[in-house]
Amino acid sequence: MTERDHRPEPAAEDSDSWTEWDVPAERWLLSGYCRDQRERTVLLELAARIVFPTVIVFSLYLLFAGHDHPGGGFSGGLVAGQAFVLRHLAGGRLDDSSTLSMRPPVLIGVGLTIAVLTGFAPLLFGEVVLESDIYKFTLPVLGQIKLVTNLFLDIGVYLLLLGVVLDLLRTLGSGIEANAAAARREQS
Amino acid sequence: MTLLVALPILLPLAAAGLSLAFGRFADVQRVLGMVVLGVLIVDSAVLLYVADTFGPVVLQVGNWPAPFGITLVADRLAVLLLLVSSVVTFAVLLYSIGQRITDYGRGASSTTFHPIYLVLCAGVSLAYLSGDLFNLFVAFEIMLSSSYVLINRRATATRIRAGMTYTIVSLTSSLLFITVIALVYAATGTVNLADLAQRVAELPDGLQTALGLIVLIVFGVKSAMVPLHFWLPDSYPNAPAPITAVFAGLLTKVGIYAMIRTQTLVFAHNESWRLMLAIALITMIVGALGALAQNDINRMLSFLLVSHIGYMLFGLGVYDTAGLTGVILYVIHHITVQATLFLVSGLITRHTGTVALSRMGGLAKASPLIAVLFALPALSLAGIPPFSGFVAKLALLQAGVEAGTWSAYAVTGGAVLTSLLTLYAMARIWTRVFWGRVRKPEADPDPEDELVVGTGTTARAMVISTGLLVTVSVAIAVAAGPLAEISGRAAADLMRHETYSTVVLGGDP
Repeated sequence: MTERDHRPEPAAEDSDSWTEWDVPAERWLLSGYCRDQRERTVLLELAARIVFPTVIVFSLYLLFAGHDHPGGGFSGGLVAGQAFVLRHLAGGRLDDSSTLSMRPPVLIGVGLTIAVLTGFAPLLFGEVVLESDIYKFTLPVLGQIKLVTNLFLDIGVYLLLLGVVLDLLRTLGSGIEANAAAARREQS
Repeated sequence: MTLLVALPILLPLAAAGLSLAFGRFADVQRVLGMVVLGVLIVDSAVLLYVADTFGPVVLQVGNWPAPFGITLVADRLAVLLLLVSSVVTFAVLLYSIGQRITDYGRGASSTTFHPIYLVLCAGVSLAYLSGDLFNLFVAFEIMLSSSYVLINRRATATRIRAGMTYTIVSLTSSLLFITVIALVYAATGTVNLADLAQRVAELPDGLQTALGLIVLIVFGVKSAMVPLHFWLPDSYPNAPAPITAVFAGLLTKVGIYAMIRTQTLVFAHNESWRLMLAIALITMIVGALGALAQNDINRMLSFLLVSHIGYMLFGLGVYDTAGLTGVILYVIHHITVQATLFLVSGLITRHTGTVALSRMGGLAKASPLIAVLFALPALSLAGIPPFSGFVAKLALLQAGVEAGTWSAYAVTGGAVLTSLLTLYAMARIWTRVFWGRVRKPEADPDPEDELVVGTGTTARAMVISTGLLVTVSVAIAVAAGPLAEISGRAAADLMRHETYSTVVLGGDP
């Protein structure tokens, strides 16, 4: 039971390429490495590739809409995290390394710091800790924009949540898989 | 001015975030942690002066008015405990930095310890300052979830087993806590403590008692009141010494604080509280007798911790200004002394390599400094003059005698007896550990885990931080006069909670 990690090679014209029809042609979202061939599900991989950008955009929508509509940094961050969970389910641990160059704890730390510093910001304007303001202004193309200063707190929370989900994927997902793979290699 | 109230919560949180982001730079994390906790000490000292001179400082977070928004209240009681707690967290952080550098070298960074420890500090501060029941729950959750990480971090199977007991019991009590908040909200329509003080009084008597008792059980589990103490001696001794010190010093006392706050402000009693007196007596005696039966030094200290929770419950049971003054003094004394004892126990096991009292000996000769560091807090815990324990116990015993009821007399007698038992337990540790023939340190039974014992090495930082806490404990006794006066004023505030309500809900004190 060895693990079959292999790079996708451009199939030669004359080779029987139909046997490798499901190897991704390019490294878009899913890295070319794949886990044990028998564990792959093409449907899930394809769905993940198609859905991933949409889910991320939706999570950003939730982040911005959060002030007076359902959403906010917390649910936005969770939804963004789910997009990565989907990728992890489809691509396995080898996919995670290609997703983000930032270590999840750093993401959590940056998010937390942004969120807390937002709490201090109102003091500069002579207001109380965590007080928020609403600015309305008109931009040429986008029309009227309503900016609630809470948004910055929400961005912090969004990053924090995303970091937590990625960290969970790293430790409980890839970490366990890596251990299992190491154990298998030892056995064989 | 109100910024002072927000700092003890927001500053450690911001530092925790930065500490995570700089996870690979050990020195940055260390300096950040020490500076922030140092600022916290200064901040709470200033806040104590302000609150004592000008009355409670109230921060309506985000400027949302009182019964609806989040309210932070810094009154005398909260700030006194905040000050003591921040001194203890500062010293413990110094100790664990010293320990880590000795064991793993200067460059060894720890991604989780510093951030989680700072989050724990933020949770403790929030618990003291929060002015509503739900926020108190949030504070407990912040505090407890970081404590789950700290107690189970890099653990072996035995430690995980002990940690699981702690985690499950704490989660269960949190579940009960959120349930009772729902019940209180359903009955009154508010969770703001000041608002609740007025609304709960309008409820039918039976409902008031029922809610009050559930709240008592919730905080009883958190503060290890007998018979809800069973989890403590099984879990605390298994964590590394600085972690146990901060848990034993702070977490149970935050439970006591919450109990004092809710039972005086929200579920106020009119007279001496017999049930609490009975629980106090049982807690003192069960804890002390349990301590005598132990051979493991940390388990013995844990049982003594349970036993001394009884003293604080005693003062709350007497339920008058004198009793509450005693409780406040006792909490202040106990936070420092109990944390110190666990730190010293950490120093001891580094020299002996074992926690079993029967296999130790001769440490007084091998390292007299540790003997001194142990003797002072031990005598203080037993209540020998002129240490802080004596001052606090004297206040409690006087309150018990002045109360003049037979139940108060009985508990006063029990308190004296427990004092003697504590002295006996301390004498046992002393004779076993420090006297006798000098023994070679045993090898670390589990060299893989975080608990390094038996190396015989102590960093100067570890000794200095323990010494710092011993000095604070002595300083408490020296400053007993002014401290007792402030505690008296804080207790008087608790008995007349109208001031608290007016200040929080808007209006002049």
